[in-house]
Amino acid sequence: MPYHAPDNVTEALGLLRDGQMSIIAGCTDFLPALQDRTAPDNILDITRIEGLRGINITEEGWRIGAATTWTDVLKADLPPAFDALRLAAREVGSTQIQNRGTLAGNLCNASPAADGAPPLLALDTQVEIASATGSRVIPLSDFLKGVRKVDLTAGEMVTALIVPPIDTGARSSFLKLGSRTHLVISIAMAAAVITLRDGCIAKSTVAVGSCAPTARRLTALEDRVKGMSPTQLALADLTSADLIAPLSPISDVRGSAEYRVDVVPELCRRALLRAMGGG
Amino acid sequence: MDGASNIAKVDFLLNGKPVSVDAGFGLRLSEALRERLGARDVKIGCNAGDCGACSVLVDGENVCACLMTLQQAQGRRVETVSGLMAADPIAARLAESFQDHGAAQCGICTPGMIVSAVALLRNNAAPTESQIKDGLAGVLCRCTGYRKIIDAVAMRPGQLDPDGASGAAIRRVDGAAKLSGAERFGDDVAPEGTLEITIVRSPFPHTTFEFGDFDAWAKARPGLATVLTAKDIPGQNCFGVIPNFADQPVFAEGRVRFRGEAVAAIVGTPEAMRSLDLGSFPITWREEPAVMVPQDAIADGAPQLHDTRTANEMCRGFVTCGAPEDALAAADVVVEGHFTSGFVEHAYIEPEAGFAQMVDGRVEVHACTQAPVMDLEGLEIILGLDRSQIRVVPTGVGGGFGSKLDLSVQPYLALAALKTGQPVRLTYSRIASMQSTTKRHPSDIRLRIGAMRDGRLSGFAFDGVFNTGAYASWGPTVANRVPVHASGPYRVADYRAEATGIHTHCPPAGAFRGFGVPQSAIAQEVLFDDLADRLQIDPLQFRIQNALDNNVPTVCGQVFAQGVGIRACLEALRPAWNKARAEAEAFNAAATGPRRRGVGVAAGWYGCGNTSLPNPSTIRAGVTAAGTIVLHQGAMDIGQGANTVIAQLFAEALGVTAGQVTLRGADTDITPDAGKTSASRQTFVSGNAARLCGEALRAEILRQVNAAPDAQLRFADGCIEVIDGAGPHQIDPTALAPDTLGYVLFAEETYDPPTKPLDANGQGAPYAQFGYAAQLAVVEVDEALGTVTPLHFVAAHDVGHAVNPMLVEGQVQGGIAQGLGMALMEEFIPGRTENLHDYLIPTIGDVPPIDTLIIEVPDAHGPYGAKGLGEHVLIPTAPALLNAIRHASGIRLRQVPATPSRVRAAIRERDHG
Repeated sequence: MPYHAPDNVTEALGLLRDGQMSIIAGCTDFLPALQDRTAPDNILDITRIEGLRGINITEEGWRIGAATTWTDVLKADLPPAFDALRLAAREVGSTQIQNRGTLAGNLCNASPAADGAPPLLALDTQVEIASATGSRVIPLSDFLKGVRKVDLTAGEMVTALIVPPIDTGARSSFLKLGSRTHLVISIAMAAAVITLRDGCIAKSTVAVGSCAPTARRLTALEDRVKGMSPTQLALADLTSADLIAPLSPISDVRGSAEYRVDVVPELCRRALLRAMGGG
Repeated sequence: MDGASNIAKVDFLLNGKPVSVDAGFGLRLSEALRERLGARDVKIGCNAGDCGACSVLVDGENVCACLMTLQQAQGRRVETVSGLMAADPIAARLAESFQDHGAAQCGICTPGMIVSAVALLRNNAAPTESQIKDGLAGVLCRCTGYRKIIDAVAMRPGQLDPDGASGAAIRRVDGAAKLSGAERFGDDVAPEGTLEITIVRSPFPHTTFEFGDFDAWAKARPGLATVLTAKDIPGQNCFGVIPNFADQPVFAEGRVRFRGEAVAAIVGTPEAMRSLDLGSFPITWREEPAVMVPQDAIADGAPQLHDTRTANEMCRGFVTCGAPEDALAAADVVVEGHFTSGFVEHAYIEPEAGFAQMVDGRVEVHACTQAPVMDLEGLEIILGLDRSQIRVVPTGVGGGFGSKLDLSVQPYLALAALKTGQPVRLTYSRIASMQSTTKRHPSDIRLRIGAMRDGRLSGFAFDGVFNTGAYASWGPTVANRVPVHASGPYRVADYRAEATGIHTHCPPAGAFRGFGVPQSAIAQEVLFDDLADRLQIDPLQFRIQNALDNNVPTVCGQVFAQGVGIRACLEALRPAWNKARAEAEAFNAAATGPRRRGVGVAAGWYGCGNTSLPNPSTIRAGVTAAGTIVLHQGAMDIGQGANTVIAQLFAEALGVTAGQVTLRGADTDITPDAGKTSASRQTFVSGNAARLCGEALRAEILRQVNAAPDAQLRFADGCIEVIDGAGPHQIDPTALAPDTLGYVLFAEETYDPPTKPLDANGQGAPYAQFGYAAQLAVVEVDEALGTVTPLHFVAAHDVGHAVNPMLVEGQVQGGIAQGLGMALMEEFIPGRTENLHDYLIPTIGDVPPIDTLIIEVPDAHGPYGAKGLGEHVLIPTAPALLNAIRHASGIRLRQVPATPSRVRAAIRERDHG
């Protein structure tokens, strides 16, 4: 059973060019999905690739290598705009999962309930994709195409996530709603990144997960809360359907569609309030 | 390393020693550790990162070994619990602390807990409770309710007696092996390389099927030894725990009745199993319409599951007394409700597993079980063998809670060993375990209760329909138990209760802690709060006013002259009740946001032992020539502590301490039948047998030297010293002739509780004793999100006499955690929640502090007054939580689990009508 664990990206991309490969890193989704079957042939393990793990500041912004784990995020020195991502990291499964699971893997797995998607969407994250013939960078919102679907073609792999520069005063928060405290797939979740002016929201990005095939930005809601103080936000009626129009929740074992529609505005309100320092 | 090439060998450090493993087979690190490197201290519970039992440290980081490929360990430093225990002082301290708190019950999660705790404490010597929860949250425990684990990791001092007999809070006598991972569970006993069994299961709930040429299929696959089907069964293709209702085939024949039912089993080498493509197995399915709920199963034209059971009705249970309809008509207030609950999965962390081999022409089955002798009796029928040809050797049991009473892996193991003549093993995957083993019965209950203005109950009419799934299992027990218990521990003079079990194409519903009583208690206790509300009586006072008492008949007309402890339990809650209700009301009065607090109370009772049926236990003991006291302890310890409790009761009667007793387990070749670990019977029934056995052995010893009855015994240096008023007498055991079992002094005693049959109206004496319980729950409801956070429990349990107070607390906390799960999050949906990430059980973050109030109203039949406890502990929990939610938010939930969706829907209905 060919098991490849190259130590450089060029070699990895060469292997991808030459044949169908299952790309693995933390295996926190890959191995459970196998259930009790044996792993398929042709595995490309990217965890030994030099330079693929870690978070660096570059001219384009923060570069999160494709093999960066949730624990790496928790240990990194990041500005408050990343608090949403850090809060999400703390709620991904458990310490065991956070120590192995990667942010890029979380996105490539493309679960509607991917914990990383709302905070990364709210950070306007770009996805760097490479193949033996070149590389491209696309917005995360384009990369996530649907349930278990991402914009990745044969021969390609994600090499990094890039978070563009953010206002230095930006702050953020994240809320995950589940039926138990830990080790839970969310019923719904919300991430908010905000910039304040005179204590009011000057700019915000809000993204919601587990309520559509992929996590979605709620731009109408972002517009609606612009200029609000914490007090105004706490009292604001956010239940208008147009504010959550991008969402199309389904009923599943975790919760009903009606419930999701019902609680999303409150989750967004709380994420925004916490980002503002309250809530 | 050479990156691009295939990795043939993986080298790493295992517990400090270099090891090298052939990487040929796509192994996970967990499998490589267990099956190639002998590290069976690493336990596997789910193979999906959901349970954390297989946690190990890799370069010091806590990870699930099932979520790493073996190759990812190349060059790393891997530490498992046994290595940590040997080399890390933090682990050694944790092991002591876990034992001092009884933080390991069954022990299957303990290696994961210890590994996680070491990882935490290495970085943080004095973690807060919240840090402990975060650090250990990746490991699920189904036994303890986590509170004692938190106490142990926080290194809080234990409240222990160093040694003792009945009444002493001593460590578990079998605790040490659970801490080091040395305890051998069902999957831990087979030698590496043993032939394995893979079961072919139905993908549909109702289907017919035809095999193709599986012999040719098997021959084409090197390493496959045989394929087993119904044709390979030498005896009857039928088993069941209740002989008159036995209806379950080992292998379905022609027609399948639930998704996950076995139709064939493939036996082969581990390598062959690894590359097995079950999709190519030659079988053709023809799916047919299935009935999944009783309502559909009783409808005209519904498919019949069993020819002899008309309209898919398995059986009914019935109890009545007085004139219920007249009393309801005369009542000042009548409340009624329709209550439903779903399947609940036992979710023990150890999936069913075992090993079998032929030894001297006999078949030997080693497996996790709650009932070794029942297993043996079931195998006799299936194998068509005399029982002398079968030996059942229980392994460690990683949790049971009722489901490991039924046969699971055992028939396949025995059949494969008999057919191949070789050792074989079988471990259910988590999915197979959840698909194919028994569940708690879904319930659909309609209840009306009346009361007079003064609060006195006046009429009670209960109709319960229970979905018993495809096969009977313990369904008849549920149907019989529920009408006996549905009144709760109250005086109900005018009563009618009927429970019906209906077959559906669902997995068999069977025994699960409480046998249907937790479901009926929800209906009764929630409606009691409706009554108290209508009557403007304090809910606790309403219960006390109606509580059963000595010399007051139960709904079965049974009158206990002594030992009825429910009033004492309820009254013990009064101080906490008054305080918590006042605090909650003050919190709500001041609340501006969406959070509201509430306090609920509920009670429960449970008859210990079989319902009006014999259920004897036999306990054997002897003294060897070396002066060792040996106790043949056949009451299966599934984590609850029977090994310790039975030893303490025996020691009390003999006049020694539990620490002086050497235990032999429930191996059917050497230990007599102490019955099943079920029905809260072991402390009571086997405990009495142990007491009688201890007394008999003591009499035998005293007789040797004609000592006075109150003589003291000392066992030391191979000698027995008997001290009475006449001075010390010496007995030299080597001077006595050993019997055939090797004992120079010997005793064996049996106890069977006195019961009387129930008549057509359910009148009689179903149990020799009941245990009683009352619990108080404090919750916070987030009304905007519908989430419920339990904040605190106070649990008052009448155990008659606490044989080991530490173990009592452990049972109470673990039961409350299961009740909490049932109330708030757990619902098994066949085909949809067959794993531990879609089926949620409480984590360490979900169980709040629990105060246990041990009430001791002695029972004349119990050993030293002791009563059973195992099931009582979760019966009041769910209704106490529902009543607390009602107190917080004024919503009346009639369905569990009270998921955020359901709670929020009820709040919206409250607000918008």
